[in-house]
Amino acid sequence: MTTNREIDAVTGVETTGHVWDGIKELNKPLPRWWLLTFYATIVWAIGYWVVYPAFPTLTSYTKGIWNYSQRETVAKDVSAARSAQSGYRDKLAATPLDDVKKDPDLLRFAVAGGGAAFQTNCAPCHGRGAQGFAGYPNLNDDDWLWGGTLADIEKTLQVGIRSDHKDARATQMPKYGLEKLLDESQISDAAEFVLKLSGQKFDAAAADRGAKTFTEQCAACHGPAGKGMQEQGAPNLTDGIWLYGGSKAAIVESIRTGRGGVMPAWGGRLDPVTLKSLAVYVHSLGGGK
Amino acid sequence: MTKMMRSIIPATIQAAPGIDQHDARAVNSAEKRSLYSSRQKIHPKRAGGTFRRIKWMVMLVTLGIYYALPWLRWYRGPDLPDQAVLLDMAHNRFFFFFLEIWPQEFYFVTGLLVLAALGLFLVTSMAGRVWCGYTCPQTVWTDLMIAVERFWQGDRNQRISLDKKPWGLEKIFKKSMTHVTWAAIGVLTGGAFIFYFEDAPTLARDLFAGTAPAIAYLFLGIFAATTYLLGGIAREQVCIYMCPWPRIQGAMVDHETLLVSYRKERGEPRGPHKKGDTWDDRGDCVDCKACVAVCPTGIDIRDGSQLECIQCALCIDACNDIMGKIGRPKGLIAYDTIANQEAAAVGKTAPLKLIRARTILYAVVMGVVGLVMLAALSLRTTLEVNVLHDRNPPYVLLSDASVRNGYVVKVLNKLHEPHTYRLEARGLDGAQISILGVDNSQGVKVSTDDLRELRVYVTVPKDRLATLADATNFSFVVKDMATGHEVARKTLFQKPAGAGNAGN
Repeated sequence: MTTNREIDAVTGVETTGHVWDGIKELNKPLPRWWLLTFYATIVWAIGYWVVYPAFPTLTSYTKGIWNYSQRETVAKDVSAARSAQSGYRDKLAATPLDDVKKDPDLLRFAVAGGGAAFQTNCAPCHGRGAQGFAGYPNLNDDDWLWGGTLADIEKTLQVGIRSDHKDARATQMPKYGLEKLLDESQISDAAEFVLKLSGQKFDAAAADRGAKTFTEQCAACHGPAGKGMQEQGAPNLTDGIWLYGGSKAAIVESIRTGRGGVMPAWGGRLDPVTLKSLAVYVHSLGGGK
Repeated sequence: MTKMMRSIIPATIQAAPGIDQHDARAVNSAEKRSLYSSRQKIHPKRAGGTFRRIKWMVMLVTLGIYYALPWLRWYRGPDLPDQAVLLDMAHNRFFFFFLEIWPQEFYFVTGLLVLAALGLFLVTSMAGRVWCGYTCPQTVWTDLMIAVERFWQGDRNQRISLDKKPWGLEKIFKKSMTHVTWAAIGVLTGGAFIFYFEDAPTLARDLFAGTAPAIAYLFLGIFAATTYLLGGIAREQVCIYMCPWPRIQGAMVDHETLLVSYRKERGEPRGPHKKGDTWDDRGDCVDCKACVAVCPTGIDIRDGSQLECIQCALCIDACNDIMGKIGRPKGLIAYDTIANQEAAAVGKTAPLKLIRARTILYAVVMGVVGLVMLAALSLRTTLEVNVLHDRNPPYVLLSDASVRNGYVVKVLNKLHEPHTYRLEARGLDGAQISILGVDNSQGVKVSTDDLRELRVYVTVPKDRLATLADATNFSFVVKDMATGHEVARKTLFQKPAGAGNAGN
């Protein structure tokens, strides 16, 4: 084997014996550390094929002897996180709503969990800051339809508003305009009276005419002074907070169409502990009673 | 066996009466070294003298600090670790004696590193690679590993002949004992390292009981392996091939820098010296190669200053020893400046200039950085407050026409005992504060060395709103109820445009 060794005359270095167009290749071996590292990576790669999923087969793939699966790892992590929470979740399930705030750690857990659930389930309508939009109430203020205590909020969450739940919170304002219960001038006058009630600029003569309509048609739910019956979903018309807007046009539209938004019932969709967390979170936004 | 060896080794040359020439070659001199050839093992001979003594001392002090520091206790109160130096990763704290650094104060560590770098520059510009030669961990541990090797296998010549011997009981025993000791030093080194990250006595118990966290064993293993590999096996190759510092140091060294130097003017022409010969018309170097034999990086200092030289000064010790024996003045190899050697070539001397533009600059920058750090340290607060105003919604109109804003207030108690604080809104008349889950009149309790995040609501009643701009600046004041110490943080109160002015 060693008989054909050839030493390049110019450099004194052995050649590989390869010749291209008369140019001979010198034998300059790779540095040993490089070569050893290279071999080590090959060994590593073979080991990797053996222990980890590596090759596709016709219907599946080679699983590797460690049976590693990222999907299972995630599932394991999720269940580990669940069981890490279980102490607090059990405690929250067992604690009456009003007592949650007495335990600072439990309160923090409920607010954090409720906040996360809120962003996933509630934010699309109520906004990420629960600030609400026209027709979707702001949950930060202290003006509540259907009640703002912890129990009220939890109930609203469970049954929804005008939802398909059998116990849904459901009262409906008549569609005075659409169903021709009042004519346009009566609606306009009643709106002027509502402007007066809420301390805005109003037309005195029209408001006087509207007062009669209000007493006949509206006072049953909104009260003679317009203070509303919030526990029954009838809003207070005297404060500065409007679900659908407080301008004349918005009020006229509300009387005409008898607005009534829908909130789904979350009772069957979210588990009781999450609902409880949500109630605590919404209550903690600052307006809870 | 030995007879055969003798027949191969050429007869020893006498460099001077009673002084054999060492059969030592500077295998790592840049021009003699091929990147394609295998490493040629170096068998550094034991040196004795001033610099060797200094190096032993430095080794004792640096290794002593490294191994013992985690065991030093420093009482900080019942709720905090009592380890003097602790990098508490789990709680994001760095304890250093009286100082405790939170993650946001990491600039103290940055400042220390800047100081260390500048110190390195300063020392290098004055006296060359003092760091490399005396205090670098690679040098210190290599020195220790060589001492171990010498203990089991003997000094240079014995080690060389042992390496040439075929494997036998004696060689197996000596070699394996050396490696076992190296490995033990490696384990101790890795062991000491992990003690900086956990309470040392507890971790030590857990380590032996096998209940310490896996990461502790992992890092122990990594540091044991690297100590064994870099200090025991790789040695000078780390300095020559892996370390960037030899490449950088050239920028800090100049003609006035003290360097370990062979004084050519005095030494050349070199050559063996026979008894009775005159010292006239020849140099003091008898070419005994003692300087090469002791060199831990395998170079010849007589080739001049070079990248491979870590400036450990052992060749100075070796040469002074020889000069003493042949009755010539010491200091043929010594700390000297290039300027002085150039002056010597024309029969003059150049005075040592340690204070020059370069060193002044490094010292001044060090002073400035040091002062800045000192100022930062003395102004460090023990109470920190962060305020974040809600952006969504920026304000909330309440049913009684008052306006409420929400805030996240973080109170950091850096003291080593629990403290209670009360919140005030300063510069916002009539504002009411409520904190979720906390009664502000009772105060907010923040436990030892902790951060508490509070959900705070500030409500301004309707009749006060008219006096406020749509966005009003005010300050949250967090006041320590016990000491009265307070910290104010500016923030914003917003209201709907024109709210409180007219109408609703």
